[in-house]
Amino acid sequence: MESSSPFVTLEGNEAAASVAYRTSEVIAIYPITPSSGMSELSDQWSAAGKRNLWGTVPIVQEMQSEGGAAGAVHGALQTGSLATTFTSSQGLLLMIPNMHKIAGELTSAVFQVAARSLAAQGLSIFGDHSDVMQTRSTGWAMLFANSVQEVGDLAAISFASTLESRIPFLHVFDGFRTSSEVNKILPLSDDDLRGLIDDKLITAHRNRALTPDNPVMRGTAQNPDMYFQGREASNPFYLATPTIVQNVMDLFAKITGRQYHLFDYAGAPDADRVIVIMGSGAETVEDTANYLNARGEKVGVLKIRLFRPFSVEHFIHALPASVRGIAVLDRCKEPGSAGEPLYQDIATAITEARFSDHLQTAANLRTLVGGRYGLSSKEFTPAMVKAVFDELKKAQPKNHFTIGIDDDVTFTSLAWDPAFDIEPAETVRAMCWGLGADGTVGANKNSIKIIGEETDNYAQGYFVYDSKKSGARTVSHLRFGPKPIHAPYLISHANFIGVHQFGFFERYDVLATAAEGAVVLINSVYDAETVFSKLPKRAQVQILDKKLKLYVIDAYKVAEEAEMGNRINTVMQVCFFAISGVLPRDEAIARIKDAIRKTYAKRGESVVLKNFVAVDKSLEHMHPVTIAENTVANGAAVPPTVPLNAPDFIQKVTAKMMAGDGDLLPVSAIPIDGTYPTGTTQWERRNIAQDVPVWDADLCIQCGKCVFVCPHAVIRAKVYDPALLAGAPETFKSTDARWKEMPGQRYSLQVAVEDCTGCALCIEACPVKDKTQVGRRAINMAEQFPIRETEAANWEFFKELPEVKREDSVVFTNVKNSQLLQPLFEFSGACAGCGETPYLRLLSALYGDRLVIANATGCSSIYGGNLPTTPWSQNKVGRGPAWSNSLFEDNAEFGLGMRLTLDQQTTMARERLTALRETVGAEATDALLNANQTDDKGINAQRERVLALKATLQTMTAAGGAPAEAAHLLQEVADALVRKSVWIVGGDGWAYDIGYGGLDHVLATGKNVKILVMDTEVYSNTGGQASKATPLGAVAKFAASGKAMRKKDLGMLAMSYGHVYVAQIAMGASDAQTIKAIAEAEAFDGPALVIAYSHCIAHGIDMTQGLRQQKLAVDSTYWPLYRYDPRLRAQGKNPLQLDSGPAKIAFKDYANNEQRYRILAQSYPAHADELMAMAQTAVTEHYKRYEELAK
Amino acid sequence: MIDLSTTYMGLKLAHPLVPSASPLARNLDGIKRLEDAGAPAIVLPSLFEEQIEQESHSLNHFMSYGAESFNEATTYFPEMGTYNTGPDHYLELIHQAKKAAHIPIIASLNGVTDGAWIDYARRIQQAGADALELNIYYVPADPKISADQVERRYIDALFHVKRTVTIPVAVKLSPYFSAMGNMAKRLSDSGANALVLFNRFYQPDFDLDNYEVVPHLVLSDSDELRLPLRWIAILYKRVASDLALTTGVHTHLDTIKGLMAGAAVVMVASELLANGTKRIGEILHDLQGWMAEREYVSVRQMRGSMSQAHVRNPAMFERANYMKTLDSWRPDPVGQSLSR
Repeated sequence: MESSSPFVTLEGNEAAASVAYRTSEVIAIYPITPSSGMSELSDQWSAAGKRNLWGTVPIVQEMQSEGGAAGAVHGALQTGSLATTFTSSQGLLLMIPNMHKIAGELTSAVFQVAARSLAAQGLSIFGDHSDVMQTRSTGWAMLFANSVQEVGDLAAISFASTLESRIPFLHVFDGFRTSSEVNKILPLSDDDLRGLIDDKLITAHRNRALTPDNPVMRGTAQNPDMYFQGREASNPFYLATPTIVQNVMDLFAKITGRQYHLFDYAGAPDADRVIVIMGSGAETVEDTANYLNARGEKVGVLKIRLFRPFSVEHFIHALPASVRGIAVLDRCKEPGSAGEPLYQDIATAITEARFSDHLQTAANLRTLVGGRYGLSSKEFTPAMVKAVFDELKKAQPKNHFTIGIDDDVTFTSLAWDPAFDIEPAETVRAMCWGLGADGTVGANKNSIKIIGEETDNYAQGYFVYDSKKSGARTVSHLRFGPKPIHAPYLISHANFIGVHQFGFFERYDVLATAAEGAVVLINSVYDAETVFSKLPKRAQVQILDKKLKLYVIDAYKVAEEAEMGNRINTVMQVCFFAISGVLPRDEAIARIKDAIRKTYAKRGESVVLKNFVAVDKSLEHMHPVTIAENTVANGAAVPPTVPLNAPDFIQKVTAKMMAGDGDLLPVSAIPIDGTYPTGTTQWERRNIAQDVPVWDADLCIQCGKCVFVCPHAVIRAKVYDPALLAGAPETFKSTDARWKEMPGQRYSLQVAVEDCTGCALCIEACPVKDKTQVGRRAINMAEQFPIRETEAANWEFFKELPEVKREDSVVFTNVKNSQLLQPLFEFSGACAGCGETPYLRLLSALYGDRLVIANATGCSSIYGGNLPTTPWSQNKVGRGPAWSNSLFEDNAEFGLGMRLTLDQQTTMARERLTALRETVGAEATDALLNANQTDDKGINAQRERVLALKATLQTMTAAGGAPAEAAHLLQEVADALVRKSVWIVGGDGWAYDIGYGGLDHVLATGKNVKILVMDTEVYSNTGGQASKATPLGAVAKFAASGKAMRKKDLGMLAMSYGHVYVAQIAMGASDAQTIKAIAEAEAFDGPALVIAYSHCIAHGIDMTQGLRQQKLAVDSTYWPLYRYDPRLRAQGKNPLQLDSGPAKIAFKDYANNEQRYRILAQSYPAHADELMAMAQTAVTEHYKRYEELAK
Repeated sequence: MIDLSTTYMGLKLAHPLVPSASPLARNLDGIKRLEDAGAPAIVLPSLFEEQIEQESHSLNHFMSYGAESFNEATTYFPEMGTYNTGPDHYLELIHQAKKAAHIPIIASLNGVTDGAWIDYARRIQQAGADALELNIYYVPADPKISADQVERRYIDALFHVKRTVTIPVAVKLSPYFSAMGNMAKRLSDSGANALVLFNRFYQPDFDLDNYEVVPHLVLSDSDELRLPLRWIAILYKRVASDLALTTGVHTHLDTIKGLMAGAAVVMVASELLANGTKRIGEILHDLQGWMAEREYVSVRQMRGSMSQAHVRNPAMFERANYMKTLDSWRPDPVGQSLSR
């Protein structure tokens, strides 16, 4: 049923993309959070043949980087297209060189930017203005939208303005807060857009195009004689732009009724205090100012829309003459500056006006201060706005302040009252705490759409996720009410709280935001009579104190009855509507069913019907909870977030972040330079798996395959002296070890059940089958809860058992023995069953104590480095991988730099040691200089030598005199005498696309770096966009019609150098070849490239079958296993060894198990057949080529 | 001139050798190839309700899996315009086949729910199918389900479909009924225009290397002809429905036997899958040769000529058949068998 409402509810990204798409002919894209949504929509629309305003389907072209996208747009513009792109953060920074060119050539264009933090002391995907402020000098106009409605509107105004002004426009809105907020807006029709655009200006744009029919040239090289004048030649265009933009805004108002100005003032006309601000925060300031003015204050907000070109004149005119104090709020930080950018501009504007003979500044203006707020989507609330206005009342208000944090180091922060709340009573505020997997967010998005489009209410939705990819928590913030909702901040006083996971009560303070008398809907197995008694005391107290009304439903039971698995979304949605009363119950049910049909009809009628069943069954299972008047809170205390034996930093800082209280951390608690301890996931017991593996010691053959493939390193094996079993917990299991090198020992396989994600890859990897019931393995899944406590105790005991001695005569570079090595990568937040992490686990186990890792941005930098807890860990003596992430595009170079340092330090150490040979002793020196460090034993021996050397040097230093200085210099670099390994790791987006130039160069240097490419064949972290690794025939975002080109053969390119060790591996096809290749790469004295097949959630597979898919990929010869070892040439052998044989199955027999291939057959069957045939040809030819080369 | 034409469910066919449901007719190219090879009608592969459901749920699962869980990736696949999850693709094949081919197109349907039988049958008729074969392919593994319930399911499915469509409806049966004759009669009485005997179940096998149960597809051979042959012979003239013989038809002799048992058509698939669609022409050629040699002028002469009603010893098709086999067996004298 189509809605007759003129309103739509959508995200900011869609509002921007809708206008950008309709006004473009060429769109160059590259994924980056949080702008990717705009690119994805454009690609989908183009694939579906949606036409722009002029009846053409825009070409949407993915590029290899944002730099590439900007270059492509530059070229498209120069040849007369209407071209655009979308980006954020570092992506925008990569566009800056082209932006200077595009502006310098006075080219009409609009880039849509979801503004985001820049990576500094740490990366952040969240919103602020750090990125766009870097572009101030590019010559681009900058227009800021503050809300979802404004995003659509100002995207259109930007386009019309750039055509007339010839100045390119950056259209900016806040990343996440606006780009991902769902709000009810009035969209712009094609006619609205046409009314705004002067077609003659488009013709003029085309007439400026480069064409051999009327040849001109641009991009000349200019000399000192005239470059300067050339820079000034465009001045008239910049001078004219503010007026042009205002005129467009006025025309827009005539068309739509919505009036904008370059600077929009709101608040008391006679305000004495004004906040100047850009972006979504302006909405908060406006609402707060109105609230305060209604209570007798005189305050206002000046919202800056056109930040560049900055019109001093328009700004001064917009400022109330009555103002006495101004606070300028910047959503960025420029360390070391005289002030943040907007503050500096306002200061300049006011100063210029003061000295001007034609501009009048406010006569009573006494105060101008600047402050920082909202970095990385830090909350900016009405309470904070009030604190700023209050500060302006002071005779000497704090300048360069911060608001929203507690700066107890340099005391910049202002205090605020968290209890201050301005939201009108008629606005219903609902929060739902769910898991990603339970579908809560999807249902809430549906609810917002229903309320926004099917009722007269306005509605807003915003969704907060934690940073884990498995077992992720989601919190939905929903508002609806009779007036438009301008509240770009999280709900702090909720009328309704849905707790979709009962376990959350223990882990998070979910009722902290409940308003007095709020309704709480709990999903629980406990019934209405018992549920209260099962709550922790903290929640019970809140329920009693705030007089909360409780409802309970066993949503999982309903979902099970409706055959919906663990998707409780529909059930909880129905209950929400029934309780909230936003619609009459029957109408709500009808609307929900309409929404279900809209959402799921494409996926099949039976999916729709199952949801309908869930709808119909929900209400009968929901029950109010009666709490007697004399009820007392006697529930259990909330357990500590981390064990009490955790280190101080973990207790004081990490635990706060884990509990969701990171906002309360003061500046002094945070490391000053982004340096954090490793090995912190061990303190986070997430307990997210319903079922976990359980070892059957009697069946086990101790092959170690389960340990090998465990993506989360929760399965460990040890061989140890039987005497150590004294004091073992009763349920601790062990059996005789089957190692001839270690006779008489016991063997235990232990699962960390509290850290397991329940992915079951281990079960699939187990080669054992019980003779009496062949479905049973030596490791089997069982329910976690009943064994949680005992297995946790077993794990603690197991951890204390000694690790295997690496200097023993055991070769660890085989699958069986490698299980005994302690992994130094554990319990990551990667997706359950991740195909990447087993490779990292293996790498860390083999070489972790000497690893330096350069990690490209992407999945592996998120599950590897996203706070609060990180998986790279340390061994008992404190050694372990040192890890860092620089950028997406520079990872190979970053790793090379590390290698250069290590090499240089080794050279320095050897030189200095040689110089001190006599003092240190010839024997010791020679031993140090000639040490064999090809294995653990050799390295450990060298460590001992260095330890002894340092003791000697310490004595020499203490003795003073001339040798002391030399000793000191050697001491500084002595550790470099021990071999260190640099592994450069990342995904295919980095290696094949954005970082390929660097990767290629690093390989070409011949330096001793190892590169591990975990090839998921898409940009997994940003949601599965195509890369050059994406195979022919697969669907991915940005390849919605199926990838029509072959996958790039990265290995072949690397082999062409001749001096690079190259291997292609797939753990699920051959674990032995995998470990062999990694060991050979490590041992190779030169650059090595290992390309690892990494199954991925973005392939659309049953993740328990990831290893099987790897095997099928190899069996079909789609993914041949090989090793190219240049050392073999010296032995007269072919360096290329093909480790897998000819095709056993057709490519389709592998591919059709994956949704990425099937989806094309479902959508475009004929095209899918065609691509599948091409893919088979490509696979056959590819393998044949390798076969010939390996002969 | 020998007349090979036959009538099946009121459809006039050039000859009685009809390609049964198989992957050969899964797309338009295949259908055209069969027509070019001389097929007088084509039974399309079945539209499986369960498969449609499974595909829908699989699609829904993978489109939802991991979605809305992580800030940077709220989905993992582009939203496509359509997924063809319903029967549309199949209906389009019927539509295209009717446009491209000049022979009757018999659709085949395997339903689970009453709603699907009704809905899909209606849409199949609307798409232009000349007839519909109900492929009630069903393994009643649940011990709680009685024989009566199983039989009821067949009757109900036919009832729903017959109420819905006007095109002829055939029912393809499995051989596993205790009272096959009764079952056939009830289906015939319920309006089945034809009975197709018999469906072949693909029996799973054990992979002893990997201790796995694996699907195992074996093409039929002529030996398998005898089971449907017997029942067609028995049912001929006892039920009003036309009879079609399927399973084990590989040669002109198999064809002749089927016709003589009483089949209006014989259906062939394994032979065509193994040796190509050209086999239609070859079998027909041999059939004509055989008929010419024996001076048959039409297949109508043959039909039912060796049915139970028309043979000298009808008991041969019943228990006596078994007894006769036993009677005809004599132990060889010691050593004699080795010498022969």
